[in-house]
Amino acid sequence: MSARLDQLGLVFVAVLVVAAIVVPLLSLAASPDSAFYLPPYLVQLLGKYLCYAILAVALDLVWGYCGILSLGHGAFFALGGYAMGMYLMRQIGARGVYANPILPDFMMFLNWKELPLAWWGFNWFPYAMLMVVLAPGLLALAFGWFAFRSRVTGVYLSIITQAMTFALFKEFFRNDFGFGGNNGLTDFKDLLGFSLQSASTKAALFSASAIALVLAYAASRAIIASKYGKALVAIRDAESRMRFLGYRVENYKLFVFVVSAVIAGVAGALYVPQVGIINPSEFAPGNSIEAAIWVAVGGRSTLIGAALGAIAVNFAKTYFTGAFPEYWLYGLGLLFVLVTLFLPKGLLGLALGRSEPKPREVISVDAVEEGAEP
Amino acid sequence: MTPSNAGRLAAEDIARGFRLRALLALGLLALLLSAGSVRADALDGTLAKFLDDKFPATAAAIAELTAEAPPQAAAILEALGDNRLLIDPADHLVAYKTGAGQILNARTGAPVEGVDAAAFKKVRVNNALRSAIEGAMGSLTLASPDPEKRFAAARDVFKTRDAKALPALQAQLAKESDPRVAAALRLAQAAILATTDTASPQDRLAAIATLKERGDEDAQSLIDGLAQKTTDPAVKSAAEAALGSIHTRLALWGVAQNLWYGLSASSVLLLAAIGLAITFGVMGVINMAHGEMVMLGAYATYVVQILLPPSLQSWSLAFAIPLAFVVSGAVGIAIERLVIRFLYTRPLETLLATWGVSLILQQLVRSLFGANNRQVSNPPFMSGAFDVGGLSITTNRLWIIVLSALVFIGLQLVLRATPFGLQMRAVTQNRRMASSMGISTARIDMLAFGLGSGVAGIAGVALSQIDNVSPNLGQGYIIDSFMVVVFGGVGNLWGTAFGALLIGLANKLLEPLIGAVQGQIVLLVFIILFIQRRPRGLFALRGRAVEA
Repeated sequence: MSARLDQLGLVFVAVLVVAAIVVPLLSLAASPDSAFYLPPYLVQLLGKYLCYAILAVALDLVWGYCGILSLGHGAFFALGGYAMGMYLMRQIGARGVYANPILPDFMMFLNWKELPLAWWGFNWFPYAMLMVVLAPGLLALAFGWFAFRSRVTGVYLSIITQAMTFALFKEFFRNDFGFGGNNGLTDFKDLLGFSLQSASTKAALFSASAIALVLAYAASRAIIASKYGKALVAIRDAESRMRFLGYRVENYKLFVFVVSAVIAGVAGALYVPQVGIINPSEFAPGNSIEAAIWVAVGGRSTLIGAALGAIAVNFAKTYFTGAFPEYWLYGLGLLFVLVTLFLPKGLLGLALGRSEPKPREVISVDAVEEGAEP
Repeated sequence: MTPSNAGRLAAEDIARGFRLRALLALGLLALLLSAGSVRADALDGTLAKFLDDKFPATAAAIAELTAEAPPQAAAILEALGDNRLLIDPADHLVAYKTGAGQILNARTGAPVEGVDAAAFKKVRVNNALRSAIEGAMGSLTLASPDPEKRFAAARDVFKTRDAKALPALQAQLAKESDPRVAAALRLAQAAILATTDTASPQDRLAAIATLKERGDEDAQSLIDGLAQKTTDPAVKSAAEAALGSIHTRLALWGVAQNLWYGLSASSVLLLAAIGLAITFGVMGVINMAHGEMVMLGAYATYVVQILLPPSLQSWSLAFAIPLAFVVSGAVGIAIERLVIRFLYTRPLETLLATWGVSLILQQLVRSLFGANNRQVSNPPFMSGAFDVGGLSITTNRLWIIVLSALVFIGLQLVLRATPFGLQMRAVTQNRRMASSMGISTARIDMLAFGLGSGVAGIAGVALSQIDNVSPNLGQGYIIDSFMVVVFGGVGNLWGTAFGALLIGLANKLLEPLIGAVQGQIVLLVFIILFIQRRPRGLFALRGRAVEA
């Protein structure tokens, strides 16, 4: 990681910390008439962008530094979101339409008599937070363990991660699966006793998202800067060579994959109380691919670039889907094509003008190695 | 309208006028002639019952009409059911209004003249009478001179199991000459005997034998109902034996039907996946826009349907298949030249770029044709269904299986018997070596991409016959197609065919066991695990195959 990128990282962290303090102030303390006033809906929107940025950092960690293009990170994001949604659902208690203190409305609607085992304990916040980490983490562990041990790489890996999120997408759509079916979980009331409708809760969630982004960045940076991170990059560039040198490539990959999935899960958990709903469409394969383009636009293997790319693309999406809804897909499609063709290092890579070995050479070295295998 | 046409119509009008008058005269004549006959008296008595306009009297009139079955009965009963039967108690006249608004005498069928329309009032009916009318209509049509109508009526009685139809049924059965109608009548008789409480044990045993021969689900439920309520031990044991044999038979046909569905699903998968197998095999490139090539093919079919004159509509597929191949192939070549060519060393980014292309193509089609589903109709030879034993086979599915087999054979021929196929296989096996031998790999890439995309377009023609044509059409097939290609092994069409067959069959055989969605999920999980066991698929290329 270059020194200039590190300097930029410090600026990035500083901006986020300032935002975590200033945005709530502007939203809560400034008078609604002043030019600096931030209405709650805007705070909420910004908070949503930050959650996407965390997801992008998680994806950049595995794609930019380990060459694993996961097209299933939306699944980890959604699982974290569902864990949080289940906590929020249990918090509704007797205030639901059916006023059952234990069972959420959709279970009453389906005529269920008792709470399924999977929902136990979710009324307890620490347990729910544990699940935010464990659900995506364990899925990534199991999936990665199978995939990396059998040396599934490249586009094959991308395709089966996509199949993974597609399978979950279908499963969560079923009412019988017990997580709200196609309606998902919604109508949340409060989080830790604070109403989700109030401006102060929204401001607090924004700050929490900003801090979480700082932490995700710091954790990822720490991993990459370590000796372990150097090995990761080496695996990305010449996997066979690293294996011949005696590194247990699959363990390196598995660790970073699980860490990345957990970060994505945390992003999802922060996302759900801010948008007020989680439903199976979060598992849709398209969402995960869109996350990949955020990273590509901002610049792979920069972390900051990924976060900025997520914010920029989603800002553009909010604007265009409002102003020219029929042209947004053209824009997004063109973004995919043009960025991959002309901006392989992304916007930040272009700005930094870093000298990295050209991908062509890297591949050709690898190809020679693979060709040398019997 | 041409003058000669108008003239012909006028002539027809005059002819119709003559015919009407002739009919009127005939009717009057018939009235005079039949005034003294016994039968006519009975009919008059029956019709007189309608004049009371009381429900019991009307019910009696319906029963008499059914029993006597005079030629006018059907028209009268139909009018009664539709509230079109009119009475004029003052003149002792029963009449009915036709659909065209003409008022005809119920007795003679002749138009009523010289009576004020306001003098008539409608005969009231209630629900009990309506069901009586339906039953009566059923037994009246049983005696219809048209065998098709008799057959349909027998099927109706089989469904309704209306015991009131039994006498008419048996009367018709005794004189029935058409074997098909006779069989249907016997079945209907058996259904009634199996359900009525008054049937004798002998009748019931005969009914069980007839139903057992039929051996479908209707028969099963009929015999089951009989077995539940009968007290006669002989009937009960016969019913149970018949149930056992029907059950086995149904189970076997059920498996066969599922195999058929599986085969049909496999053929669709094969069509959608085989083009992908070519592009992925030759170039190691994942084309995420492959589903959109399928979608373009389906829209090409739609466009052909709009443009073709009606006389050529039944040949629409003969135009649609080449057009879809050309359109999708050309778009595929354009994508290869404009985008993919520059990304060969970066397969992961190809995936993203082609995803972007797929978004653009979807939106383009949405802008051109609208977001709604477009209706593509089946040509006559592809619509309908037929039965083979207990199998129900829809013709369009059958043709899609034929089409996918033809496409598969055609592609094998291209690959095995043409210089282009030879070069393509060489590039698939070892790109560098092929290039060293003087093969223009860039040209082969382009053509292979065009071929794969064109075949996807043909798949779109097939899908337009069984699925909704919408901009999202391709999305539904893309992940399944990937699974087929990856499962079967890259660069091997037999592998793709085998993969499609296995996945399609497994899908449909799992469906009745654990449900459609669960089945798909189980299969996805299985393939994910399978790929991890054999990362290069079932039929991996050996030797120095391209590393994806």
